[in-house]
This record gives sequence, structure tokens and C-alpha cells, in this order.
Amino acid sequence: MASLALKNLVKRYGKTEVLHGIDLEVEDGEFVVFVGPSGCGKSTTLRMIAGLEDVSAGEISIGDQVVNNLEPKQRNIAMVFQNYAIYPHMSVRKNIGFGLRTAKLSKAAKAERIVEVATLLGMEDYLDRKPNALSGGQRQRVAIGRALVRDPAVFLFDEPLSNLDAQLRTQMRLEIKKLHQRVGTTIVFVTHDQVEAMTMADRIVIMKDGYIQQVGTPAEAYHNPVNTFVAQFIGAPSMNMLPGVLDDQGLNLWNGVRVAWNLASSGPSHEVILGVRPEDLKPVAQSQAMLQGTISVVEPLGSETLLYVDIDGIEVIASGPGRHAPEPGSQIYLGAATDTLHLFDKESGVALK
Amino acid sequence: MSAKLSDSNINDLEVQASAEALLRGSTAPVKRNWAQYVRWLLLFAGGILMVMPLAYMMSTSFKFPFEVYNLNLVPEEPTLENYTYVLEDGRFLQWFFNSLIVATLTTVSSVFFDALVGYTLCKYRFPGRYVVFIAILSTLMIPTEMLVIPWYLMSQQFGWLDTTWGIMFPGLMTAFGVFLMKQFFETVPDDFIEAARIDGLNELEIWWSVAMPLVKPALAALAIFVFLGNWTAFIWPLIVTTSQDMYTLPVGLTTFSVEQAVEWELVMTGAAISVLPTLIVFLVFQRFIIRGVVMAGLKG
Repeated sequence: MASLALKNLVKRYGKTEVLHGIDLEVEDGEFVVFVGPSGCGKSTTLRMIAGLEDVSAGEISIGDQVVNNLEPKQRNIAMVFQNYAIYPHMSVRKNIGFGLRTAKLSKAAKAERIVEVATLLGMEDYLDRKPNALSGGQRQRVAIGRALVRDPAVFLFDEPLSNLDAQLRTQMRLEIKKLHQRVGTTIVFVTHDQVEAMTMADRIVIMKDGYIQQVGTPAEAYHNPVNTFVAQFIGAPSMNMLPGVLDDQGLNLWNGVRVAWNLASSGPSHEVILGVRPEDLKPVAQSQAMLQGTISVVEPLGSETLLYVDIDGIEVIASGPGRHAPEPGSQIYLGAATDTLHLFDKESGVALK
Repeated sequence: MSAKLSDSNINDLEVQASAEALLRGSTAPVKRNWAQYVRWLLLFAGGILMVMPLAYMMSTSFKFPFEVYNLNLVPEEPTLENYTYVLEDGRFLQWFFNSLIVATLTTVSSVFFDALVGYTLCKYRFPGRYVVFIAILSTLMIPTEMLVIPWYLMSQQFGWLDTTWGIMFPGLMTAFGVFLMKQFFETVPDDFIEAARIDGLNELEIWWSVAMPLVKPALAALAIFVFLGNWTAFIWPLIVTTSQDMYTLPVGLTTFSVEQAVEWELVMTGAAISVLPTLIVFLVFQRFIIRGVVMAGLKG
């Protein structure tokens, strides 16, 4: 086990800079998830930590050691790939044991360790099978086993669940989290799925275009997003974004509705965006309403109902009760508690609250 | 027990019934139009065309000299005398042995080096990679007949004339093999290689124990090509060898036809025996080819 530190990490391909100075400290035993859309640099960062990509500038340390110039095998890391990368010509036993080839252990100790890891993953009955006789989830377990067997300082996961079907993904998510609780190794996990990030991480690192947008616990990222990107990326369905103007009177929305706001513009009025999460925007009585609109689509989810409401040309998503949901086409009054509202500067996207 | 018996009886009956149905011909409506018949006819003609020379070769090898020019496929008086003569003639065994050495060594060497170079050109980014690849490929455009002269001059300078090494050296690595292997290594995902790198293997180990097993079908195909090519090679062995002891089988077989008259029954017997190793090589390696690449380690 070891901590991990990235200092001003830069990656260039030719003249194109894809990572623009990443700073991050991962504590010993922490589960950190990198999340972001495709091309945000999360996988590149992970591959640089693994030593599969050169570092253009900056520093990577594992424990107390700067590893920039170390070969992957010297970094004491293990990596699980998106498409498993378990060798089709080897049995499960050989695949798991592959990571031990260079370990200074006796044959018996190696065999024991393989069985131990396989048991931990519930794969002890499949040791002599070839990968083509395994299901997707089992193959992923073998890939994890191969990483686990070496007892690495840091575990790297590169979108390991994205090839699994939805049900299996949920199950493996839980298993990886349990595994982390049991072995306590530092984990860096890359995904583009914000649900995975929210559910698994001790801390989330949200990335976009080669920059870190926000680092924080899942709750921080969800409740206090630092900008519009984070606000919309985290949470499903996405946060509603309502344009408006902040003037000396308070907040004036695009359709002329005034919202009571404790912050007023000190200088000249400037354009802002009001963010409100669908689950915070609820049907209310007319007297308490902030917004009024027509329901266009109703999506019943069982526990709640998503209401797509057209409000003066903008479609917002609100959350209605699971039972007795309103009908499409009907008028609806919506309101949200003031402390659930988020305000962002329109030009920079930065949170104002 | 009785339940088991009756189960197997039912199975037997079912098998018998389906076999009978097959013999009767399926009752399911199958559309057979004239295009299909034409296709069969063409394939049949092609098959005959391929098999006839082989059939005549086999048939002639069992004939007495007087019957050689008689075109019947079944010899009137079959004999094994040709085989006894050819096999008892020490030269034939020597040539067979020479060919076996040359073809085996060139196959091993070629498969090894072609795979090594193909892998390097495929999986490593280094300056000049493309130039090297094009240079290797461009040698494919030069016909053997033209290469024979520089090969000969080279052999002469190095003292390789009339030696096994002299026969072998042009075939120790092939441009075609490099190309074939490079293309096949493209199908091996980089994830395998990177995973092995993280697992602590050095580059040579990755090539040998991770990449090579994944391209077995290509290796088998290449082995067959190279073996057949060298087993049947004629022009270069004919030029580079001078003593009968150094002849390879194809070169040696021609001596049956130059001494006085052409002794076709002996030539055909030699040819029939010489087909054996190629058949064995094919049978050994074909299962790798037929089985195909199984990429079960990756999500397909």
C-alpha cells in the first residue's frame, strides 16, 4: 500500500497538449475515481501512472519515490483493463499466476497464493478453465485476480466494468468496493459513468479537456458543484439550467419570474444560470410556485415520476410522486427550496453560491 | 439401470431414424436451381483437374516400364519394384535427407525471424519503421530468377557453393512472412502486451509467451508455406549444388530423367515418396489454421 501524488502532470502528443498540469494527492488506502467524458484525459492520466505513457512534464510519486523514469514493472502497480486482457491460451490458474512469474516465491507458495486470491474472488472452482469457458463477469474477476495476486502498492482500473451488462455491472461494482474494504489497497479507478464514480469513490476527480474540474467526496461534488460542467455531469437526470440575470434587486429569470435570492449583484447586473436538480424541483400549490409550465412527457420510475415540463420555451425535468402522477398536457406549478438552488456565472460557468 | 438402457435404446433409434432420413434425402423443400448445378459442375471439374496428376503419379509409381505410356489409371500388373529400387538406391535417401534438413531448418528459422521482425514492425514505434517495412516489402517485387545471380556470387565469395548452408541461406527469412506476421500481430490487442509489461515481463518474453501463442494459426500457415516452398524448391538448389551428395530431392529426381532415357516410373515413385512429408506437415499444422483465432481473453 502506498500514497500517490501527481504534481503538475503534463502530457503532450507532438505539439498537442492533452493534459494541462494535473495536481492530485491520493492518500494511502484511498479509493479515487477519475470521471469525465471521452477525451477528457482520465485514461491518459491512468496510463501515465502505470508507466505505459511517457510523462511530458511534471512528477508522479508512488509512496516516497518519484517513478517518472521507472518501468511499469518497477512501479509495483497492477492494472485491470477495460477488455480484461486475460490470455486466452492460459487457464485461469495460469492467468492469475502470471503476475507472480517474476516474484521471488517458492512454487508451493505461488500455488497457495493463486488459490487464496481465487477463493477471495469466488473463482476457486474455475482454476483449470480457459477464459473462453467463462462468463464476462468471471473473466473480469480473473483480470482482477491477476492484479490482486501480486499485492501491489496501487491498483489501477481502466473502465473495467463498461463491457459488462447493467446487472453484472452493479454486482461487480459492489464486489470491487467490498474487495477494497477487505484489502485496503490504494485504488485509482477510471470511468465515464458518473453512477459508478458516485457509488464507489472515497473521492471523485472530475475531469474535462485535460483539466481537473473538481476533486471531492461524491456528496461534495453532488451538492456543491464548482461549475456548470460538474453540476450537469454528476447526477442523473442532469441538473436543470435556467438562464437569468442577477441585478441589484436579486435574481430575474429568463421568463421574467423573480426568485428571492440572498445575493444581489453589487455592480452592474450580470447574466447567471440558476441550477436546480430534478429531484429538488417538485409540484407545489400555485401560491408557493416558482415556475409554471405544461407537462410534455411523463416517465414513471416506480418510486418517483420524472416530469418533462415545458416552461416558456425551456424544457426542465421535475420529480413527481410515484403514485398519482399528473397527466401529460396538464399545467403544473413547480417549486424548490432555496437552499437546494445553485447559481453559476453564465460566462465562466463558475458557481457563485 | 433399465431406465438407462431404454434411454440409450431411444437414442439409438433416433440416430437410426435420422440416418435413414439422410439416406432417403431430406423431405424439406430445398431450392436447387441451375446456377447451383453449374457451380457443382465447375467445382467437380476443378477437383478432377487437381487430382488427376496426383492419381497418375501414384498409378505410374506402381507400373512396370512397359506399361508407363499406357494411360490406364489401374496398373495391369501392379508392382512395388520401383519403390524397392528407389529406396535401396542410397542417393535417393541422401537427397530426401538433404531436403528434409533444408526445409526443416529454413521453416524454423523463417517462422522465428519473420515473427520477430513482424512483431517489432507492428508493435513498436521507432523512427524509420515505415521505411524498413517498405524496404522489406519491396523485395517481394524481385523475382527469384533475378536474385539467383547475386546469391550465387555471394555464395562463391563466402565459399558456400555446394553446401547445405548455401542451399538454405536465401530462405532463412522471407519478406512475405514478415508481412504476414505483421498483419496478424495487428489483431493482437495492445492491452495484452501492456498487461504483460505491467506483470513484469521483458519485451522478448512478451513476444514469446503472450503474443506468439495468440497468432498460432498464422505461424502454422507460414510454416506450411515455407516448408512447401523449400521442399519443392528447384532452381536455386540446382544452381548452388554441384555434387550429387548435396542434391535436394527435386534436383535429384531429375537425374532419373537425364541419364539415358526418362525413367518415368522411377521419377513418379520418387515424387510419390516426396509428397509424404508435405502431407505430414499439412496434417500437423492444419488444425491450428482450421481452429482459427480464438480471442476469448477479450470482450468480443
